[in-house]
Amino acid sequence: MLKGRAHKFGDGISTDHIIPGRYAHLRSNLPELAKHVLEDADVNFAKKVKHGDFVVGGLNFGLGSSREHAPLVIKMAGVSAVLARSVARIFFRNAINLGLPVLICDTDKINDGDELEVDLAGGKVRNVTTGAELSFGRIPAVMLKILNEGGLIPYIQKHGEFKL
Amino acid sequence: MPKTLAEKILSEKSGTDAHAGDIVIAKVDLAFVQDTTGPLTVRQFQAAGLSLADPGRTILFIDHAAPSPNANLSNDHIFLRDFARASGGVLSEAGDGICHQIVAEAYARPGDVIVGADSHTVTAGGLGAFATGMGSSDVAVAFGLGRTWLRVPETFRIEVSGAFQAGVSAKDLILHLIGLIGADGATYKALEFGGEAVARMSLSGRFTIANMAVEAGAKAGLFPADAATKEYLKAEGRAGDYRELAPDKGASYEKQIKIDAGKLEPTVSKPHTVDNTALAKELKGTKIDQVVIGTCTNGRLEDLEVAAGILRGKQRKESVRLIVAPASRRVLTEAIARGYIQAFIEAGGLILPPGCGPCLGLHQGALGDGEACLSTANRNFKGRMGNPNGFIYLGSPATAAATALTGEITDPREVL
Repeated sequence: MLKGRAHKFGDGISTDHIIPGRYAHLRSNLPELAKHVLEDADVNFAKKVKHGDFVVGGLNFGLGSSREHAPLVIKMAGVSAVLARSVARIFFRNAINLGLPVLICDTDKINDGDELEVDLAGGKVRNVTTGAELSFGRIPAVMLKILNEGGLIPYIQKHGEFKL
Repeated sequence: MPKTLAEKILSEKSGTDAHAGDIVIAKVDLAFVQDTTGPLTVRQFQAAGLSLADPGRTILFIDHAAPSPNANLSNDHIFLRDFARASGGVLSEAGDGICHQIVAEAYARPGDVIVGADSHTVTAGGLGAFATGMGSSDVAVAFGLGRTWLRVPETFRIEVSGAFQAGVSAKDLILHLIGLIGADGATYKALEFGGEAVARMSLSGRFTIANMAVEAGAKAGLFPADAATKEYLKAEGRAGDYRELAPDKGASYEKQIKIDAGKLEPTVSKPHTVDNTALAKELKGTKIDQVVIGTCTNGRLEDLEVAAGILRGKQRKESVRLIVAPASRRVLTEAIARGYIQAFIEAGGLILPPGCGPCLGLHQGALGDGEACLSTANRNFKGRMGNPNGFIYLGSPATAAATALTGEITDPREVL
């Protein structure tokens, strides 16, 4: 069971909001890069986020660039999962490849600061603050296999090959 | 069962009878990274303990920060050069050009599966390759295995009839389409283009459209390989890479969208989303501080030809900066030979080296607070051009050139 606070963002949070291109010179210095996580969406996010918290988006979360640094800095901030109404394709795949769960659910029922409990195996989100129960769509089987190994690189280290 | 272009290519490359919704493991014909995604890719590749499956078809491009503006990025470049040397991968050096342009010129073949650690990898769909952007881990594994897993996408068929009016081009078509279906309108889908306007369209225009498929969320933007593709490959000295490729008659499409090219007008995306479109004429009076002509979307010879045609013998408005960045060394060389570069310089423009230029906010034209830019690029997200307090409008090369003359967003038909 994952427990933490929700940090709520709106629709269309792009990878430029998550980690702007102007910090590309820090991409080989991840601790420095991570200080700018979600800076263009909420300049105080890096200071507010606590280990185990959730990033909660609206529609089309993570659109834009293929930079894997976007889910990487979210993961480095200690975020345990990203919840969104819908998510962009490349971001989804990148997050799973890094072992960061992305859960598609009705995030309109989550407010900034709400306490959440996420049951990954059961597919449920409980909003402790409001009492609402949400279910999230199943992660596709192939991605679940990768997620369960902790990401794509550990998966390949173990299996040496795609075993779908 | 009849197949879409995506189903056809992914069936062939996976050795299965693949249809939309299937998960396949496909052979990768070309895998590449650029200098902002490459170092992480190489580290993931090394962590996985892999070696290159096909060094000659593994490319490391230095294009995003080319030449490097600071020591950190210079060190990333060293890292990529060292990896290329040690692994046998191919290095494309600063000044050679933008990855997607060089992939189009020199590598992509109809029917290929191409993965790149850059979202605009979709560009190569313009010549009938199933090309898609992925993150560093996925490309690292493709480097090593020469294969990747893909969900075969459902396809939206975009049927384009008619002919463009003067001053209207492929860029206006794709901006119009994204405005129509939204920035997530085609998430996980393939966009497949066809119809009489497409049959007549140059490869340059096809690349512009395929390039922006990802701005509607699509996994690929696909064009048939036809007579125009054959001509293009021949002109690039790659006649042998041509093969005809078309979707089967009766293929199953999730959606069909019909567009009459003759009814399109110069179109612009307003800040801060690509689907926030309006007609250029509706934005008359919007002051612009900087015009950018270039990028993987519109930095090709045909784009520069259109812009130079509008600017030749005239002067940019004093209040607007005019930045031109050819997409590759080949484009630059030919643009010099044809006098386009001379026209830009005489019009008060400045020329950047071939590369991504100011598009992603790294260098070479970052916006100041409150400044507005009209760019021929593909993204206008908040913060994209180096400053969250900047405003980016997207338009065609003709709209950009017309805007450089007036200092405000201008329908190019006013100056033709």
